[in-house]
Amino acid sequence: MRSAAFDYVRAGSVAEALVALADDRETRVLAGGQSLVPMMALRLARPEVLVDITRCPELQSCSLEESVLRIGAAVPDAVLERDPDIRAAHPLLVRTLSLIAHEEIRARGTLCGSLAHADPAAELPALLLATDGEVEVDGPGGPRRVPAAEFFDGPFTAALDDGEMVVAARLPVPGPAVGWAVDEIARRPGDFALAGAVCTVELDSSGRCSGVGVALFGVSSTPVRSRGAEEVLMGQQVDEAVLDAAAAASLDGVDVLGDEVHAPAAYRRDAGRALVRRTLAAAVRSAGGGTA
Amino acid sequence: MTGQPVPVTLRVNGRREVGRVEPRVTLAEFLREELGLTGTHVGCEQGVCGACTVVVDGAAVRSCLMFAVQAEGCDVETVEGLGRDGLHPLQQAFWDAQAVQCGFCTPGFLMTALVALRERTDWDRTALRERLGGNLCRCTGYEPIVDAVLAAAEAARNPGGEAAR
Ligand SMILES: Cc1cc2nc3c(=O)[nH]c(=O)nc-3n(C[C@H](O)[C@H](O)[C@H](O)COP(=O)(O)OP(=O)(O)OC[C@H]3O[C@@H](n4cnc5c(N)ncnc54)[C@H](O)[C@@H]3O)c2cc1C
Ligand code: FES
Ligand code: FES
Repeated sequence: MRSAAFDYVRAGSVAEALVALADDRETRVLAGGQSLVPMMALRLARPEVLVDITRCPELQSCSLEESVLRIGAAVPDAVLERDPDIRAAHPLLVRTLSLIAHEEIRARGTLCGSLAHADPAAELPALLLATDGEVEVDGPGGPRRVPAAEFFDGPFTAALDDGEMVVAARLPVPGPAVGWAVDEIARRPGDFALAGAVCTVELDSSGRCSGVGVALFGVSSTPVRSRGAEEVLMGQQVDEAVLDAAAAASLDGVDVLGDEVHAPAAYRRDAGRALVRRTLAAAVRSAGGGTA
Repeated sequence: MTGQPVPVTLRVNGRREVGRVEPRVTLAEFLREELGLTGTHVGCEQGVCGACTVVVDGAAVRSCLMFAVQAEGCDVETVEGLGRDGLHPLQQAFWDAQAVQCGFCTPGFLMTALVALRERTDWDRTALRERLGGNLCRCTGYEPIVDAVLAAAEAARNPGGEAAR
């Protein structure tokens, strides 16, 4: 179906975009359009004004500042994946991007768009959450930074006020001593995940876990940190028994989705635990821990 | 009134096109209805089937998920741009491998494969299957399509060889 009628603003700068977003009518940012355009075609979204931010020069670049990768809101996923500096600096990001849809979608879809869209089954919000990233927001109240833990308010709901937009994402780059892994279960490669997990693990010189971040996607109504698994791992010499215990505790305090068309709740629980175990084992291995 | 037509200028298969479109008109619709380029097919209108795939500034993208106004100043390639003097080698490979049945999916596969072969010609079967995995075909069972693209890749690697005929 055709979308409902809307006016189109091609913003030439963030300042112009913010003026356009302050319109009294219902406005929306248009980035890659890979989630918004289908929603408009299905009339699930009927914005009256679309503000295209992809031509704003300030939003088109990425930079590495003190082990934080800053990604502008107009940078498509496919550009990130191909950038040799990003491939070297943040292989976990590159691996995560490869799990999203197919190349033709990633050619236009943006990382910041995925964060703003806040699909509970999306990979990138979980990556931001597991690595304690931040979102740079600008709007009528001026620029601010929102930690990942405060950004995902609910299913398809990000903590953005009226007239605000995301200008960049700040992803801490895992250091050389940090192991990482991301994995998901989907019906076919490229489909949305039925469940997924992303984690980073840091081991100290004696092989004990000195830092860990685990986030689940597709399991709850928002991406969610697995504090249960993190608590089990922290400070431990990681072996098979610790990994089993971490997986067993991984859904403690997590509000798992109920039965729905894609999978029953029991399946999601099993899948979530299995993925936490699998990704933690892989992360410990890549951090140089031999036992897993 | 919301949604009044706005001007758009873009290049399609090397030709400059100037139009006025309602912002809600997708690139797929613009190509088909305004320019009469009906080779770009529209299936799901949600980005899932790949039938509408065209090449914009060198990247294969879904023309159902782009408004025509977003293509302002862009260089668009559609299936009509392939093989203007006889069949393009990729089209010939589809013909030879019997990779076309009803043909609904074919333009999308051709444009996806075109970009894949520009990226590299040393595809192995597994990687190529994944690369083409965003396009759906209800008829062929995919194998002949993968065969066709692999044959075209081989021909591109060895221009004088057997596969190039
Ligand atoms: C076939 C298909 C398969 C897909 N599979 C996956 C998948 O497996 N995993 C996955 O994560 N995603 C998937 N997606 C979604 C895709 O990754 C989207 O590109 C992404 O979720 C949104 O990015 P975008 O730039 O396209 O945003 P848009 O579609 O332009 O916008 C999405 C929403 O975010 C808002 N928005 C965008 N940018 C900003 C900003 N800078 N500031 C404020 N608000 C903003 C928009 O207003 C809109 O509400 C799939 C999409 C398709 C069509
Ligand atoms: S019509 Fe565009 S992907 Fe199906
Ligand atoms: S040939 Fe009929 S859909 Fe592919």
